[in-house]
Amino acid sequence: MEKKKITEILKEKFPEEIKEISALLGDETVIIEREFLQDLCVYLMKTPHSFTMLLDLTCVDYIRDEMRFEMVYHLFSLASNDRLRIKIRLSEKDLRIDSLTPLWKNANWLEREVYDMFGVHFEGHPYLVRLFMYDGFEGHPLRKDYPLRKRQPIIPMRRKE
Amino acid sequence: MTYRIQKEASKESMLINMGPSHPAMHGTIRIMLELDGEKVLNAELEVGYLHRGFEKTCEHKTYFNLLPYTDRLNYVSPLINNLGYVMTMEKMLGIQAPERAQFIRVIMSELSRISDHLTALAAMTMECGAFTAFLYYIQAREEIWNVIEQTTGARMTTSYIRIGGVRADLHPEINPLLGKAINSARALLKDCHGLLDKNKIWLNRTRDVAVVSPEMAVNYGFTGPCLRASGVSYDVRKAHPYCTYDQVRFEIPLGDNGDNFDRYMVRMKEMEQSLRIIEQARKKVPVSPPAVIADVFEPAEAIKASREKKVEAKIKLSPNLEGSEKDIYPRILTKGKKYIVPPKEDTYTSIEGLINHFKFFMKGHGIRPPKGDVYFSVEGGSGEVGYYIVSDGTDKPYRLHLRGPCFHIVAALEEMIRGHYIADIIPTFGGLNMIGGELDR
Amino acid sequence: MSGGWITTKLNYVIGWGRKFSLFHYPFITACCGMEYMSTACAHWDFDRFGCGLTTFSPRQADLIMVVGTISQKEAPVLKTIYDQMCEPKWVLAVGACTLSGGIYDNYAVVQGIDNIIPVDVYVPGCPPRPETFLDAIVKLQEKIQNQEQEFRWKRRK
Repeated sequence: MEKKKITEILKEKFPEEIKEISALLGDETVIIEREFLQDLCVYLMKTPHSFTMLLDLTCVDYIRDEMRFEMVYHLFSLASNDRLRIKIRLSEKDLRIDSLTPLWKNANWLEREVYDMFGVHFEGHPYLVRLFMYDGFEGHPLRKDYPLRKRQPIIPMRRKE
Repeated sequence: MTYRIQKEASKESMLINMGPSHPAMHGTIRIMLELDGEKVLNAELEVGYLHRGFEKTCEHKTYFNLLPYTDRLNYVSPLINNLGYVMTMEKMLGIQAPERAQFIRVIMSELSRISDHLTALAAMTMECGAFTAFLYYIQAREEIWNVIEQTTGARMTTSYIRIGGVRADLHPEINPLLGKAINSARALLKDCHGLLDKNKIWLNRTRDVAVVSPEMAVNYGFTGPCLRASGVSYDVRKAHPYCTYDQVRFEIPLGDNGDNFDRYMVRMKEMEQSLRIIEQARKKVPVSPPAVIADVFEPAEAIKASREKKVEAKIKLSPNLEGSEKDIYPRILTKGKKYIVPPKEDTYTSIEGLINHFKFFMKGHGIRPPKGDVYFSVEGGSGEVGYYIVSDGTDKPYRLHLRGPCFHIVAALEEMIRGHYIADIIPTFGGLNMIGGELDR
Repeated sequence: MSGGWITTKLNYVIGWGRKFSLFHYPFITACCGMEYMSTACAHWDFDRFGCGLTTFSPRQADLIMVVGTISQKEAPVLKTIYDQMCEPKWVLAVGACTLSGGIYDNYAVVQGIDNIIPVDVYVPGCPPRPETFLDAIVKLQEKIQNQEQEFRWKRRK
């Protein structure tokens, strides 16, 4: 009997919360609303699925869409060798989402990076400050409206560029 | 700006800074320590001193152009990052490289992995005082870099693995050099096992220091040698085999404790397994010396002759393009015309070739994958190197994100050094193999 | 003039002494550091050029080798370390990223370290081969030999 895909199992269990599932190019993806993130992750961490590893957490800026930012989470299960992608859309006016630091410890730094690069606020994060950019840097570099070459030097440069 | 450690520190303890430019910092990372004498009570890391804007730069370059940027991420094993990016693109485009190219990729990848482990252990042992081991490791690395340079043209940042295959076939005289590299790597492993394995000083410094339990390792998202040192058997080459890794036999060494000594031991054993893989893959890629052909056109003559009729005979290319002649193309690159650089013989002697060349490199044309997103990962020197690419149908990626394995491993450093001494930070940090390019992107 | 001959010879001798006993501070950040390691080790040794003592305190160094990309966050660190060195001091900029930002023309990278500190010898390459690195050290030694040496009792005009 062929093993049931994780996306189909989730769709059966949570039919209203899961907006869409897809398996493009073999990557199983679920699209949900942000309120459901915490419950879904708690459910997935338990057996039999045991998605115990948070592989990656990132954000994409779709500047032309109404819901501008899309959070992308990649989870991995060592027991069943499955990968799962969770996508959540956020709008620019209400750029907040629950933090996953209580569940996975590497979410701490991953969320700091997303805050630094995109400006997304994570509620419940113990220490949400910039990770890569320096104190005094204004703006969020990876957003599409931040120009590539806009430099903000800390010390005065000796010659004009 | 006041850091968290400054706010939380108690009045009696001393705050000290292991600043960004420090001999043991493997590049630039800043560790702020709260000390009680020599014991570390608390630590805070500040990263980002090598943030070079890789992800934003890639949004402004075409898919083919951004290949050199991927070399400079994990700069001790550049071919593996190349491979990760290229395989992600191949997954998105739905193409596959020919089998010979895949075996060549495996050989190059494993040579890179050996050079990564050699550099990591060289730095780790040198900082603990074993200077001889450092010189031996770097000498073995030189031999491996000679092999890589003979085929790819560069010692480090090669951009050799291309979408659809590899850039050039193996050099016809690779066998003696590769044999010498493998022998010197084996001799080195024997020497360093003898120098360090039962050495009382080394054992005292690395045994039972910074123990990471399997649950903590999985919760932090560790992958690679650091995860395997804690006892969890996960290797991307075995779990999701890619690129003919399922046709070679190798084992995955595991550690028991999860301390520094296990991280060192797992890396040493992995190098032996990589040598096994190279020997097996080598048999599948026979090299033959190039046949001496009587009538070989010089380039200027060939261009002149092609104005009258199509040139069929072999054209002598410049030495920079050795190994990528037109008759070798079917062995090393896939057939699809849209994804590979057309052979130079066609570009310079026929109109169709010239048009294909322009269509590949012109802005707005070239490789344009279908809309969508994809994630693919390979086993790098420090763990699972993953690429997440979002494409919007144009010739530039809309978003390219690297899942760097070092990022998650270094995030655990604060917890790992708590309760140990300052001198324990050095082998701990060395054993994690932090590479600045991958951590800060 | 005998006074002129003596100061010229003294200049030469002090230059000879300085160029063959360089204490260098390797300010390593990125990929070029791997080629620095290769140049420092047994095959392409730079100890035979007199440059062998790697000191990790800028106060005891005369040569700072800036190896690797300097980001905007790192720039004040580099300036502080340069300021901590005593005269006479020389700067070697290794790798394309230190010359002009290299392949990174974006918000995060300083476009050449001569925006921050004065540079004596520029070493191109991405990364430069060890032979290029050694050639740069030899050129720096020629520069040190031929420059006007500063010593304490020389009257400043």
